[in-house]
Amino acid sequence: MKYKDYYAILGLKRDATADDIKAAYRRLARKYHPDVSKEKNAEEKFKEMAEAYETLKDPEKRAAYDQLGSYTPGQEFRPSPDWGEHFARGQGGFDDLDLSSLFAGLSARQARGGARRPDRAMAGSDYEAVVRISLEQAFHGAEIDLELSVLEWSPDGGARRVPHRVKTRIPRGVTDGEKLRVPGKGGKGVNGGPDGDLYLDVEVTDHPLYRVSGQDLYIDLPLAPWEAILGTSVQLPTPAGAVALKVPPGTRAGQQLRLAGRGMARAGSAAGHLYAIVRIEVPTVVDDAQRALYRKLAETTNFNPRAHLEQEVAR
Amino acid sequence: MTHATIDAVCLDANVEVTWTELVSAAGLPEEELRELVSYVALVPRDPEAPTWTFEARWLVVARTASRIRRDFELDPYGVSVVLGYVERIERLEAEIRALRARLG
Repeated sequence: MKYKDYYAILGLKRDATADDIKAAYRRLARKYHPDVSKEKNAEEKFKEMAEAYETLKDPEKRAAYDQLGSYTPGQEFRPSPDWGEHFARGQGGFDDLDLSSLFAGLSARQARGGARRPDRAMAGSDYEAVVRISLEQAFHGAEIDLELSVLEWSPDGGARRVPHRVKTRIPRGVTDGEKLRVPGKGGKGVNGGPDGDLYLDVEVTDHPLYRVSGQDLYIDLPLAPWEAILGTSVQLPTPAGAVALKVPPGTRAGQQLRLAGRGMARAGSAAGHLYAIVRIEVPTVVDDAQRALYRKLAETTNFNPRAHLEQEVAR
Repeated sequence: MTHATIDAVCLDANVEVTWTELVSAAGLPEEELRELVSYVALVPRDPEAPTWTFEARWLVVARTASRIRRDFELDPYGVSVVLGYVERIERLEAEIRALRARLG
């Protein structure tokens, strides 16, 4: 397994006191806790420091950690047979373990006061995972195959990492940041206890055309100036297929044209809307004949979009 | 070995969870969750009902409460204060997302 320097992660020396450890953890937790932090990689950093704190705050686990020896972070190492006999009896091999799992096993043995499995029924652990889906998958719903790596306990109290495969159906209309529950797909219950659940954090990836706000979708609709003035009909893509959109005469830049019920739809709720936001684009290259037409238009119109500014300047 | 496909359930207002489910999912002692209810950090559908039920979104809040309790080593009152700020952050983030969606 790979070595992690728990002291360095918390910015501590190896002779740190229990108070030093608590203060260092609390200082870093305020900065990196994923529920309140916007720091880059906050979640990853927090997991690392929580793992370090979980071991170092407990005198027995800290002694076990110290006796592993000191290595370069990331260096492969293996606990000595003596260490295993003293701290991890019943653990079996260390081949499919990482350092956090090793100490999780130690915690479990501490909690039970030995290696024997409890006789009473215990619910399985809940698992959490992030699931990244496209906007189309969020819109239509999708079947997802997840391959997790989870801790499994052996009857003699040892722990090992095992793959945990889950096939799940994501319902249509889910949004970015939403939490889902997959019942019974967490850890196995013990002695007849119920299985845990799997909680999914949904991340919807950015889409090149659509932007999402709750159940509503937004799409930019570029128009030529004459289309905005005269009105037109355009074929607009939507996640459910193209639709014809009538652009009324006199449409302004920034105006939102609503396609009712064409947004995200989920069971039990009214569907959101799709908003086409008008952008007026102008040609960057015009030939002489076109320039002459624009000049003629300028000479014949009394349209003045800056009348209010001119009034202000004249005061 | 074949794996059956299991439906993932949205934790929103359309789904109801029982008090027992909430306690089990949060992993906090029942008396601490009752304290959070007394601070209105968790809100049953009918606080006067003999048996509490909740919109499923409170299950997500209860799990966040459990995480905050453990990670910041706070008492239930401290947890309820942080939950208020977390909710405010989430609401502001949703507003930013909505503005970005409109502005492009």
